[in-house]
Amino acid sequence: MLSTDTDILQAAEAWRREGRGVAVATVIETWGSAPRPVGSHLVIDQDTNFLGSVSGGCVEGAVITEALDVIADGNPRVLEFGVADETAWQVGLSCGGRIRIYVERVD
Amino acid sequence: MRLSLLADLNAQRAARRAAVLVTDTASGEQRLVLDDEVDSDPLALELQERLRQGKSALVEQDGRQFFLAVQTPPVRLVIVGAVHISQALAPMAKGVDLDVTIIDPRTAFATPERFPDVPVLAEWPDTVLPEIKIDRYTAVATLTHDPKIDDPALAAALRSPCFYIGALGSRKTHERRIQRLTAAGFSEQDIARIHAPIGLDIGAVSPAEIAVSILAEIVSALRKERRRSA
Repeated sequence: MLSTDTDILQAAEAWRREGRGVAVATVIETWGSAPRPVGSHLVIDQDTNFLGSVSGGCVEGAVITEALDVIADGNPRVLEFGVADETAWQVGLSCGGRIRIYVERVD
Repeated sequence: MRLSLLADLNAQRAARRAAVLVTDTASGEQRLVLDDEVDSDPLALELQERLRQGKSALVEQDGRQFFLAVQTPPVRLVIVGAVHISQALAPMAKGVDLDVTIIDPRTAFATPERFPDVPVLAEWPDTVLPEIKIDRYTAVATLTHDPKIDDPALAAALRSPCFYIGALGSRKTHERRIQRLTAAGFSEQDIARIHAPIGLDIGAVSPAEIAVSILAEIVSALRKERRRSA
């Protein structure tokens, strides 16, 4: 598995077809020096297996946690991470950028 | 996202067709807009612009936010020559998500054993290239050293909007190539599109190192507008 854009969305489809709960997280907006461009995907399953990335590894943990809730309740949501973002997740981007991420369940 | 929509998106990519997934970020409402449906979509102007740039973006219309996930066709690399360098280049190119096809009419070279997991066409470039549509998301690298095989491929590439053309061979070889292509009616400007000698100058020696230099040059052409020294 190479984790290219093609692989990531194919994995999301394959995992769902296997009956797993699956969420797709997508970078929808960036400010400053964000590590991954708009449109980048992270795919997560119910057992926290994941593929792809939405940052350089800085916020994936928090996105995965949130994705589990999305898999459970089916409601898509928008997450925002920034430098020293202490209110939401105690995680931020060390590069000083800010990103918004859309997380949705595959139904 | 509905599974059927995700499947459609993956199918469009596999078929090398552009598509845009439009998501209302507040309601989660989604639709997939295919390439030929763009002009009749309510967001037509935004979609056209984003597709042209090949960039996903968040846009606003009537107080609603839509995320446009732009999926352009996967970038393709057509390698002419099933040679030693190609054996190193093909798997590396796949690793950076290029869709690789190898063409070589010499059946001794063009075997699946030498190129596992890559389509290998044992055909002449002038026969097979018109069938493969060389679009602006395609790179062409000619690696046979043999003008009988390379030249027709270069001619087809020069007549196409492909974003990269590279030709293996020394400066001297390239001078003779320029003469042949000029005689065939190509202008100086056309011929200047060819990267030759192929690859970034990193002093590459082995086939694998030459493959790295070729792949780096292709990425550099693909990401031209992002280069700091462009």
